[in-house]
Amino acid sequence: MEEILGFERQDGTIGIRNYVAVIPSVACANGVAGMIARAVPEVVPLYHGHGCGRAVEIGMHTRTLAGLGKNPNVAAVLVVGLGCETIKAEALAGAIAESKKPVEYFSIQEEGGSRKSALKGIEIVHRMLDEANKMQRKPFSLNRIILGLECGGSDAFSGVTANPSVGLAADWLVDQGGTVILTEATEMIGTSHILECRAATPEVAEKIKKVVGDAEKCADDILGPLASLVIAPGNMDGGMSSIREKALGCIVKAGSRTINQVVDYGEVPTEKGVVIMDGPGYDIESLAGLGAAGSQLIIFTTGRGNPAGFPIVPVIKVASTSKLYHAMKDDIDINAGVVLEGRSLQDVADQTIALAKDVINGRETKAQLNNQDGMVCLYALNPAF
Amino acid sequence: MVKPNIVIINPLDNVAIALEDINEGDYVRLPSGQEFPALADIPYSHKVALVDIPTGGHVLKYGEIIGAAKEDIGKGRWIHIHNLDTGEKKEG
Repeated sequence: MEEILGFERQDGTIGIRNYVAVIPSVACANGVAGMIARAVPEVVPLYHGHGCGRAVEIGMHTRTLAGLGKNPNVAAVLVVGLGCETIKAEALAGAIAESKKPVEYFSIQEEGGSRKSALKGIEIVHRMLDEANKMQRKPFSLNRIILGLECGGSDAFSGVTANPSVGLAADWLVDQGGTVILTEATEMIGTSHILECRAATPEVAEKIKKVVGDAEKCADDILGPLASLVIAPGNMDGGMSSIREKALGCIVKAGSRTINQVVDYGEVPTEKGVVIMDGPGYDIESLAGLGAAGSQLIIFTTGRGNPAGFPIVPVIKVASTSKLYHAMKDDIDINAGVVLEGRSLQDVADQTIALAKDVINGRETKAQLNNQDGMVCLYALNPAF
Repeated sequence: MVKPNIVIINPLDNVAIALEDINEGDYVRLPSGQEFPALADIPYSHKVALVDIPTGGHVLKYGEIIGAAKEDIGKGRWIHIHNLDTGEKKEG
């Protein structure tokens, strides 16, 4: 079995990066997280828009923020709270500490404001960085990798070139004993019967049916007769006529192996192989779910050209056409468009696998080189209060 | 042989994807070497009918039903939301 070089965590997971993260427990603490990150550029701030003012999503948001802190690519975490928010810094830090990694927290109101909080945070993250920088990569088996899959800004060729070649790479990782996560339930609408046939057990098939059925019902309830057209205008300009047509091209990126588990948005899988994660089709919220589920690496296919990365998880970009690859070369790692010029899907998959191994061992992706690591967007479906 | 200007994803499909803007009257060139005239402008990356599809007939891509023809769609016509009913929920 092939080996990779990674950072061993106390909970037995393997990181492919060694970040010190600053996580605001609520959006009101983003400013202080930013003051700390500007003073100490080596730390990774996870700015987000939630943590308070919601009822239904609080459990999911707490799980997701904790999952980001627990992600194996993170060595240590500082949680910055405000004091009067729903997701308290102490509770979030406690949830992250289940992974046994170093976690500290404080609240801005208790520290006496932004400046004092920033100074305290700067001192803490310096200490965390000193410790993290002592860690060395060690060899591990590839079966420790969880690969998140995402497609964004799809065109009619995403499902012809990029997604099928990524599907071959996904099959390769699963055959090595690893895990791939397919998400974006919206983009599975109309394809449930195909996915159910791949389920390991009737229970898994039933869960697939529910996740896809719920996504379809949600689209029907909100959009009525327009439900089948709930795709970004760019997709329609690209020639796709319905969500189902897009979905068929979307699900091929998870390859062809057995689906062993269905998890909630941001939930860490306990099974290996192919895992389906509930979650929206919106790329940026989907990336947060994949990061919280413990993905150390994400492969993101794009047809129209989405440059987005993610703060704590390297994102490999695969273009569906040479036209896009040449137009946005600074953003794209792999050109699957060569399939339309006669190259095989396996050629592109082999190139993707080779790059994935390099990225796992430390090479930066285009999204990383461009600092495409803006805001973490958490999935939310209900109104704020 | 002139290079194909479309790609067929699955052998069961009755549509193909244009690899370039194909103007009405231009030839649709298949990988098999066959060719036939486009009966409408087919934008790059859009679908073109490979056979005559009658009103109500299934439109197949990925070997799966992606919708039904809202009107008779002749071989060489452009297929998109104007003539494709995608609301069909029956599984093939």
